[in-house]
Amino acid sequence: MITTSEQNKALAAIQYSFAEQAGGTIRSRKISILQVNVGKLCNQACRHCHVDASPTRTEMLTESIAEKVLSALAQMPDCKTVDITGGAPEMNPVFRRLVSESKALGKHVIDRCNLTILEEDGFDWVAPFLAEHDVEVISSLPYFAASRTDAQRGKGVFDKSITALRKLNALGYGDRLPLNLVYNPSGLFLSAGQQSLEKEFKINLDKLDIRFNNLYCINNMPINRFLDSLIRNQKFEDYMEILVNAYNPSTLEGLMCRDQLSIGYDGRIYDCDFNQMLDLPAAVAHINDFDLKSLENREIVVGNHCYGCTAGAGSSCGGEIA
Amino acid sequence: MNKRPHYYDAKDLGRFGEINRVNPDLAKSFFDYYGKAMAAGALTEREKALIALAVSHALKCPYCIDAYSTTCLEKGADEAQMSEAVHVAAAMTAGITLVHSLQMQNRIDDVSMV
Repeated sequence: MITTSEQNKALAAIQYSFAEQAGGTIRSRKISILQVNVGKLCNQACRHCHVDASPTRTEMLTESIAEKVLSALAQMPDCKTVDITGGAPEMNPVFRRLVSESKALGKHVIDRCNLTILEEDGFDWVAPFLAEHDVEVISSLPYFAASRTDAQRGKGVFDKSITALRKLNALGYGDRLPLNLVYNPSGLFLSAGQQSLEKEFKINLDKLDIRFNNLYCINNMPINRFLDSLIRNQKFEDYMEILVNAYNPSTLEGLMCRDQLSIGYDGRIYDCDFNQMLDLPAAVAHINDFDLKSLENREIVVGNHCYGCTAGAGSSCGGEIA
Repeated sequence: MNKRPHYYDAKDLGRFGEINRVNPDLAKSFFDYYGKAMAAGALTEREKALIALAVSHALKCPYCIDAYSTTCLEKGADEAQMSEAVHVAAAMTAGITLVHSLQMQNRIDDVSMV
């Protein structure tokens, strides 16, 4: 597996610098979303994963770091949302505490749930817990059939995902509770037409009695497992050419890093989950030194991987941005 | 003597806009019509992309096959759908060829003495 240093070197070697293309410093605004990556342990090992998460990873957010995250959150009145991601966040014992105490602070909570975790032994508690705490569920479903879903996320994932979605629907998700799906392209092409794809997903999942609210379309980021695969298959330059050629300056205003802060499992602070995986810390590097004033209006650390978020209609944890 | 190594160059797909080198008004009319024809309406963008893919194969345009293979994937088609679209094109092409053989039969009948 390619190291972080090798990844940054490969990305930096791309001919057209993102920093120059963006034409100046990109600054954050007030932080309205705190995204917390609780670790890299996952019950899956998906092809497109920018975290390189898998069942063999051991990096996990501890109680002590969770304590500091919650303490920082209590000092962030403009932050309305806590977005919990991983790995499979539910596999971290601290997950339940993070959810319940964030809710107690009056925050809206998102769980980036991979769906299949609901079907694993020992995780029967997850769906009822999420519903009981009004947690918004955002889940990846690359396609409304097994063909592209299983190719990207593993054999049998589509069927397990449908079972999990039915479980969530039965608890009110897709109606009174928010259930949003995430679409990632299954190859070297961009995510295109969120509105029309959402219609396609709704028509086809309706046939399986599945209801959901919105579809978010996200480009594949040239980081970790996906980047490793691109390089090994000699498709890295081709993919970067696609991203660079699709650069859309009108996406800069809505970039997620401008309103969000990302906390790693070890308490380090980043502008986004992608910078986290490339080990590019934010202006204030660790939760121990948390200082809200310094983090608002901070200069965002950019690199050529940022072409992933600015290609076409743009890409963010909430889907298209332009 | 033609010094270009190939009749088709994949890079030319990206130069489609240069058909406006002469008659720019006609080129603009074409692109306006094309954009409207391919936009979602009673059919989704995915369905239109699959139709375009089928036509690309029937008319054997390498530019279109390249472009619409990607567009079909972007719009949410998978290989099974795309392959079926190509088979529709193949079936139509074969059928169109074969149905014209009725003209052959008519002619045979016209000029035969038996």
